[in-house]
Amino acid sequence: MTQPSDVTDQTIRDRLVPFPKPHFLAASDLNPFVTPQLLDLGDAFVDFNRQSSKALDLLHGRTVVNLFFENSTRTSSSFEIAAKRLGADVVTMPVGSSSVKKGETLIDTAVTLNAMKPDILVIRHGASGAAELLSQKVGCAVVNAGDGRHEHPTQALLDLLSMRRAFGDVTSLTVAICGDITHSRVARSNVALLQMMGARVRLIGPPTLVPGDADRWGCEVFHDMREGLQGCDVVMMLRLQLERMAGALVPSTREYFRFWGLDREKLAWAKPGARVMHPGPMNRGVEIDSDVADDLDVSLIQDQVEMGVAARMAVLASLSARWGDK
Amino acid sequence: MTTVAIVNARLLDPATDYDGPGGLLIEDGRIVRVVHGASPIEADQLIDADGLCLAPGLIDIRVKTGEPGAEPKETLKSASLAAAAGGVTTIVVQPDTDPAVDDPAMIDFIQRRGAALNLVNVRAAGAATKALDGQRMAEIGLMDEAGALYFTDGDKVIVNSRTLQRVMSYAAAFNALIACRPSDPWLTEGAVAASGELATRLGLSGSPAIAERIGLERDLALVEQTGARFLVDQISTEGALETLARARAKGLEVAVSVSINHLCFNEVDIGDYRTFYRLDPPLRSEADRQALVEAVREGLIDVITSAHAPAPAEDKRRPFAEAAPGAVGLETLLPAALTLHHEDGLDLLDVLRPLTQGPAALLGLDAGVLAEGAPADLVLFDLGAPIIVDADALHSKSKNSPFDGRRLQGKVIGTWVGGRKVH
Repeated sequence: MTQPSDVTDQTIRDRLVPFPKPHFLAASDLNPFVTPQLLDLGDAFVDFNRQSSKALDLLHGRTVVNLFFENSTRTSSSFEIAAKRLGADVVTMPVGSSSVKKGETLIDTAVTLNAMKPDILVIRHGASGAAELLSQKVGCAVVNAGDGRHEHPTQALLDLLSMRRAFGDVTSLTVAICGDITHSRVARSNVALLQMMGARVRLIGPPTLVPGDADRWGCEVFHDMREGLQGCDVVMMLRLQLERMAGALVPSTREYFRFWGLDREKLAWAKPGARVMHPGPMNRGVEIDSDVADDLDVSLIQDQVEMGVAARMAVLASLSARWGDK
Repeated sequence: MTTVAIVNARLLDPATDYDGPGGLLIEDGRIVRVVHGASPIEADQLIDADGLCLAPGLIDIRVKTGEPGAEPKETLKSASLAAAAGGVTTIVVQPDTDPAVDDPAMIDFIQRRGAALNLVNVRAAGAATKALDGQRMAEIGLMDEAGALYFTDGDKVIVNSRTLQRVMSYAAAFNALIACRPSDPWLTEGAVAASGELATRLGLSGSPAIAERIGLERDLALVEQTGARFLVDQISTEGALETLARARAKGLEVAVSVSINHLCFNEVDIGDYRTFYRLDPPLRSEADRQALVEAVREGLIDVITSAHAPAPAEDKRRPFAEAAPGAVGLETLLPAALTLHHEDGLDLLDVLRPLTQGPAALLGLDAGVLAEGAPADLVLFDLGAPIIVDADALHSKSKNSPFDGRRLQGKVIGTWVGGRKVH
């Protein structure tokens, strides 16, 4: 790996690989050949981001629009920083508070924005399939930053980057994804990408939060943490949305924490040296104990945030590499 | 440790199908030897049973008390005394108290209070939904850890199918048992008697038998989908038995209970508005009763309960439709069940099985059998002794017994819990 001081515009350009599809809507837009190359590119961006000067011109003159129909601070900032470091002009539109309230449909918004000729649209929307729909209506590249409970593919890519940096190799890993699988786009993207890369994926959670047919995703399904965590290299905890507690799908937060919250005791059931991940934001004391979350020897949670910017830079840069110099 | 032997008894053990002479050696609260035949047993203390029947103590999984919240009706103590007098060595109390038994602290409370009485084993069923509201799932996992034996909303039907589906599916993670009354809430709204000619003549709102079948069909479909361990709580109609048989023929494993009242009485017992026979579910036709008795004979009924539901006189001495439903039954459970043997001709072991081994197996208890290592929870009874039930003499605080004044055969002579004589 290159030293931080060695990362130059040329280093990045050497590693640049065109994205395999015009849009990045789901983990399945990647393939087993390009993914390691994207991770290599991501590695270079990690080093680059650790330098004091962080300005590149790969996306110079290009316009990236962040279209967030759902509130999100960390993902929208992560995309914004990624795009800015690549030299793009970035507009972040908190759509949740504007045109939608005036009754504009997603397609109307898309057509309007399209007329402004952006180069990349980053969209987050509460409805599954929204990114796909948008991609059919605009002339630019669309990056899915989370659509309903469907996919959040850049999260899967950054998670993979974090795992590869921690373990060196991801193909032999056993990854347990724990918690609210049913409502998680992070879980769906991770399952797809990890399986594409040859890792074994387990899903652990109460039966009310794991889809009944999840075993057909090619994952092993467990309802008991002790059984499920055995032999796992990575324990990926998911956020439990507050509205799912209090009796609808889980009786209470204390019961959830008792049986499915990750603490030292449960972590000890995983493989020695297992690492802990969480897409954030965390509900401390609900799905994860602070004791585990804040232990830098086991937790990759801070790394994930750093990898988020690098992985998104890799995605934006490789999407732009498709355009050539036209 | 002193050893106690009960000798010269007629041992009745449904678990091993043994009905014959023998004796037991008890040490440290447990059965340490079971002797079939007349071989002598050495012990520090000998109890000569004089040929009386010795069976595992009864396990009654559906007992309502008024503790906490309605202590004048029944306390854990009065219910325990009634149980001991009736040869019932384990009672499972229902969660529909005030407040409801819907969190682990309440399970702990019931068990501690029960244990402190030093009478019978007092265990608890937890609520399936918080405050029995039929909407919010209760803390099934934590209550299971605290010792709850099963989960139910008692007499309340969980109307919202999605809630019930989630409860069943969630409980499956703990292999916890869910029990539900099969009933369609709309067809039974306001009903106080079984639909039929009699109810019509008496001018009482009727509960149609199909309401039970419709409720059962829904519950069984959810069981099939979720894979939950399930108890059909209190079946009362022939039609529901047919539904159950169909589901079982398809391979669905569900348990079913029936109350002693529905095996002993029919709708005619209501007579001229006798409110002690106002039950929920209501007493059905004689054909239904006979079908239930037949199901017991064929071993299709896993559990017979007393459906013990104390109601004070002021709640019963009202016009029929306004009277509180339910009957006390702990103390009369055994002699009442023995009528199935005396009058309906059932084998004694087939009568005792759903009162002992059946509930024990369902709830994972090590009691209910006469086996080495099992707790010495025992009942000694005189099979043929005639008794006349006197409700006023019952230990329950509430005296609402439909057996009041009835002549039954079978008298409890002694009850042991963990080797300790409690009656």
